[in-house]
Amino acid sequence: MLLQGYLLSAAIWVPIAFGVAVLAIGNDRNPLPARWTALAGSVLGLAVCIPLWTGFEPTAAMQFVELASWIPRFNVSYHLGVDGISMPLLLLNSLMTVLVVVAHWEVITDKVGQYLGAFLIQSGLINGVFAALDAILFYVFFEAMLIPMFLIIGVWGGPNRVYAAVKFFLYTLLGSLLMLAAFIYLYIQSGGSFQILDFHKLPLTMTAQVLVFLAMLMSFAVKVPMWPVHTWLPDAHVEAPTGGSVILAAITLKIGGYGFLRFNLPIAPDASHYLDTFMITLSLIAVVYIGLVALVQTDMKKLIAYSSISHMGFVTLGFFIFNEEGMLGGMMQMISHGFISAALFLCVGVLYDRVHSREISSYGGVANRMPVFAAFFVLFAMANSGLPGTSGFIGEFVVILGTIKVSFWYAFLAATAVILGAAYNLWMTKRVMFGEVANEDVRALEDVNARELVFLALLAVAVIWMGVQPKPLGDVMSPALQELLRHVGQSKL
Amino acid sequence: MNTATFSLATLAPAIPEIVLAFLVLTLLVMDAFLAEEDRHVTYWLAVLALVGTAALTAYTVGRPTVVTFQGMFVADLMSQVLKVATLLTVAATLVLGRTYLAARGLLSGEFLCLAIFSALGMMVMISAHHFLTLYLGLELMALSQYAMVALQRDSARATEAGMKYFVLGALSSGLLLYGLSMIYGATGSLELTRVAFAIEHNQANRILAVFGLVFVVSGIAFKLGTAPFHMWVPDVYHGAATPATLMIGAAPKIAAFAFVMRLLANGLQGMTADWQQMLAVLAVASIALGNIVAIAQTNLKRMLAYSTIAHMGFLVTGILAGNDNGYSSAMFYLVAYVIMTLGSFGMILLLSRSGFEAEELDDFKGLNQKSRWYAFVMLVMMFSLTGLPPTAGFFAKLAVLQAAWEAGFQPLVVFAVLMSVIGAFYYLRIVKLMYMDAPACEITLEPRADARWLLSATAIATLALGVLPGPLLDLCARAITASM
Repeated sequence: MLLQGYLLSAAIWVPIAFGVAVLAIGNDRNPLPARWTALAGSVLGLAVCIPLWTGFEPTAAMQFVELASWIPRFNVSYHLGVDGISMPLLLLNSLMTVLVVVAHWEVITDKVGQYLGAFLIQSGLINGVFAALDAILFYVFFEAMLIPMFLIIGVWGGPNRVYAAVKFFLYTLLGSLLMLAAFIYLYIQSGGSFQILDFHKLPLTMTAQVLVFLAMLMSFAVKVPMWPVHTWLPDAHVEAPTGGSVILAAITLKIGGYGFLRFNLPIAPDASHYLDTFMITLSLIAVVYIGLVALVQTDMKKLIAYSSISHMGFVTLGFFIFNEEGMLGGMMQMISHGFISAALFLCVGVLYDRVHSREISSYGGVANRMPVFAAFFVLFAMANSGLPGTSGFIGEFVVILGTIKVSFWYAFLAATAVILGAAYNLWMTKRVMFGEVANEDVRALEDVNARELVFLALLAVAVIWMGVQPKPLGDVMSPALQELLRHVGQSKL
Repeated sequence: MNTATFSLATLAPAIPEIVLAFLVLTLLVMDAFLAEEDRHVTYWLAVLALVGTAALTAYTVGRPTVVTFQGMFVADLMSQVLKVATLLTVAATLVLGRTYLAARGLLSGEFLCLAIFSALGMMVMISAHHFLTLYLGLELMALSQYAMVALQRDSARATEAGMKYFVLGALSSGLLLYGLSMIYGATGSLELTRVAFAIEHNQANRILAVFGLVFVVSGIAFKLGTAPFHMWVPDVYHGAATPATLMIGAAPKIAAFAFVMRLLANGLQGMTADWQQMLAVLAVASIALGNIVAIAQTNLKRMLAYSTIAHMGFLVTGILAGNDNGYSSAMFYLVAYVIMTLGSFGMILLLSRSGFEAEELDDFKGLNQKSRWYAFVMLVMMFSLTGLPPTAGFFAKLAVLQAAWEAGFQPLVVFAVLMSVIGAFYYLRIVKLMYMDAPACEITLEPRADARWLLSATAIATLALGVLPGPLLDLCARAITASM
C-alpha cells in the first residue's frame, strides 16, 4: 500500500492539509465546496486510520513507528507510534471528525470555511497528540490544539462564549506550561533526550517523582477534568457549538486520561502509588458530588457536561487502583464515553436547531412529535446511565469490579454514581421526551432527517456493538495495559 | 603598539560599514537636490542601500574571525549574522512604515538618513571589540534614534517622548561610561581580550571591577529596557510615530544583544557569577512587571511596550545561563522576537491611515470580518508572543528556559512559566477582539503591496521557525561558538 510506513503521519497530516484547503476555499455565499471538501477530508482521514486497526498486532510494543530527526540541537525527533492505549483513541477521534462535519451541514451558516477548517486542523493535531512519542512533539500538538478550540468556542458559541473560551484557554495553558517545565527537567536528567520511552526508564528520586507527577497532574487534571479544576468544562460546553461540544467531550477529555497512562504512571510510578489515595479521593468526589450537581441542572448541555465529569471520575479511579480491571475498565469507559457523550450532545444539537433552547423546561412530550429521535435519545440516555447491553455498562462495571478488590467503601461510593446516573438521565428523559406536548414549539417539531439519522444510527450501532461485544477492543488494549501495570509495579527508586 | 602597519587590507573586515557610511553620505547630499515629489527616490535608494549592504555582509558570512584596527573591531560569524539581521530589519521597518510616514509628511531625507545612520551605529556596536568602539556605535545609534522620535515636530506627544528618551538615554550612557571607566581602572585596558585576561588572571582590582560592573549592567538594562530600568519604554513606544517605535523596538535589540555579549560574555566572563545574579534580578522583575502591567493597557503600543519588557526578561534569562547554550538560545530568542515585533507593529501600520492611528485595542475589533488573512497574521503574532506552538515563540521560550534550568536557575524558570500564563491573557484579548467582536469602526488596510507581502512574510517566517527551528538554532550555536 502507498502509505505503508507512513500511516500515522497520514492520519495527522491528511486532516490538516484538508483543513488548510477548506480555509482557503471557504466562502459564505457558496459554502458547498468547503463542505464537501471537509467531508472528503474527514472521511479520508478516517480511511487512513482503518489499517491501524486491521494491521494492529496485539502486543504491548509501539507499532507503526516513524522516527526522524527534527531538531538535532535539542535532540528532538519526529517520533510517532501507537500501542493498544493510543490506537483506539486515535480511531475514535477520526470517527468523531466525520460526525462533526456531517452534523454541521445545515446548522452553521456563518464563516463555514473557518469552522470546518478549524475542526479538521484540530483533528489532525489530536491524532498527533495520541501518536507522538517525543515529549516536545507531544507538547507541540497538545498546545497547538488549544488554538482551534479557542476559536471554535469563541466565534461560533453561545452568548457567553468569550468568557468560556478564555477560561478554557487559560486553565489549560497553566497546566501545560507546568508540564513543559517537567519535560525540561526530565530532558536534563536523562542527559539530553526528549523521548517519552526514555523518560519511562529514567530513575528518579521520590521528591523528583512527586514534583514531576504534580506538574503533569496540573496539566492532565484540567483536561480530564478532575474536581476541583473542572469548572471550565460546563462553561465551555454550554457555550460551544454542537460540534465543539462533541469534540470536547468525546476527545479532548480523553487526552487527560491518556496523559495519565502515558506520562504520570510510567514516569513517576512511586509517586503514583504514594499519591493514589489522593487521586482516588478526587475521583470519588467527581463521581459522587458532580453526579449530584448534574441532578439539579436545568440546562441539558450542562447536565451532560456534569455527567461527563462524573464519568471521567470513573476513568481516573480505575487508573489509580492499580489492577488490570481498573485499567481496562478505565480505558473502556473512555471509549464508551466518547460515543455516548458525543451522541447526547448531538441529540441536544438536534433539538436546539429546531427550538433554539437548551433548557429542559422548554420541552416536554417531544416523543409525540419525534418518535424516531426519541428512541435514539432514550437509548443514549440509558447507555449514559450504564444499562447492561450498552457500552456504558462495560466500563463502569469493570471499574467497580476492580475497585472492590481494593476497598469495599471505594466501590460502594463508585456504585452510587450508577444510581445517580440513572436518576439524572431518566429524569431528564422523562421531562424532555414524555408527557403531554408542552408548548407550540414542541408541537411544530419535525422528526430527524436523513442526515441526522445517519450519525445517530452510526453512534447507536457503536454503543450497542461495544456493549455486547467488548472483547475485540479489550484484546487490543490488554497487552499494553498489562505491560504498563508491570512497569508501574516496579519501583524506580 | 605598532602604528606603522596600516594598510588597506586592515580595512577589509569593515567593508560593509564603510560602504554603508559612503552610501548614506551620498544620499544625504543627493536628497538636498531632489524635489519634494521625487522624495520616493530617496526612499528606494535608502532601502536599496540597506539591502545591498546586507547582501554584501551575507557574502562575507563564513569567513574566519578577524580582529582589526589594533583590536578595536572584530568580524566573526556572530557579527556577520547579526549585521545581516539588523540591516534587513531596518529595511523592513522602512518598507512597512512608508505609507504611514508619507501620510504624516515624515518621509523625508532626514528620517531615512537617520535610519541608516542608526543602522550604521548598530553595525559598529555589533563588531566592537573595545570599550571605545562599543560606546561610539551605541551613541551613533542612540542619537539618530532620539532625533527620529522627535522628528514629528507638530506632535506634542512625540516631542515629549523624544525628550524623555534623550534624557534617560543620556543618563544611562553616563552610567555605562562610569562603569567602563572603573573597569578600565581595575584592569588597565579598554580592549576586551585584555580586560578578560586581566580579570581571569587576577591582575585586576576585583572590588573596583565589581563596582564598575554594577554600573555597566545598569547601563545595559537601560538599553535593553528591562525592569527596573524600563520607565522610558512605554512612554517612548507610545509617543513616537509608529515607524519610529518600530525603529526603536526591533533592530536596536539585536545591537543591544551583541553589546551584552561583547561586554559580559567576552570581556567580563571572569565575573560571570557576579553578573548572573544581577541579570537574574532583572529577568524576574521584567517578566513580572511586563506581563502584569500589560494587562491594564488599552493602547496597543503601550501594551506591546510592556510585552517587550517581559520579552527582554526572557532574553536575559537565556544570557544569564552564562554558557554557550544559553547565549545561542538567547540569540534565537532575539531573532524570533524581532520577527514578531515587525509583524505586530506592521499590523498597526497596516491598519493606520492618514489622520487615524490604529493603536487602540478597539481598532482591531472585527478584523476577521474585513480580512481573514491579516487577522490570521496578527493571530500568529499574538500566539507566538504567548509562546504557543507551532510558532517561533514557543521554541524561543523552550530554548532559553532549558538553558536557564540547566544552569541551575530552576525557580526562575518556574516563575517565568507561571508569568507566561498571565501574559497569555492580554495577547488572547487581541485575538478575541479580532475574531469574536463586531467591528467598532471602519477598517481600511494599507494599500501598498510590498508592505503587505512583507507582513505576510513575517507570519510565514514565524510559523516556519515554529515547525522547523533546527537550522536557525544550529546557526546561532555556531555563531556563538565562533565569537567565544
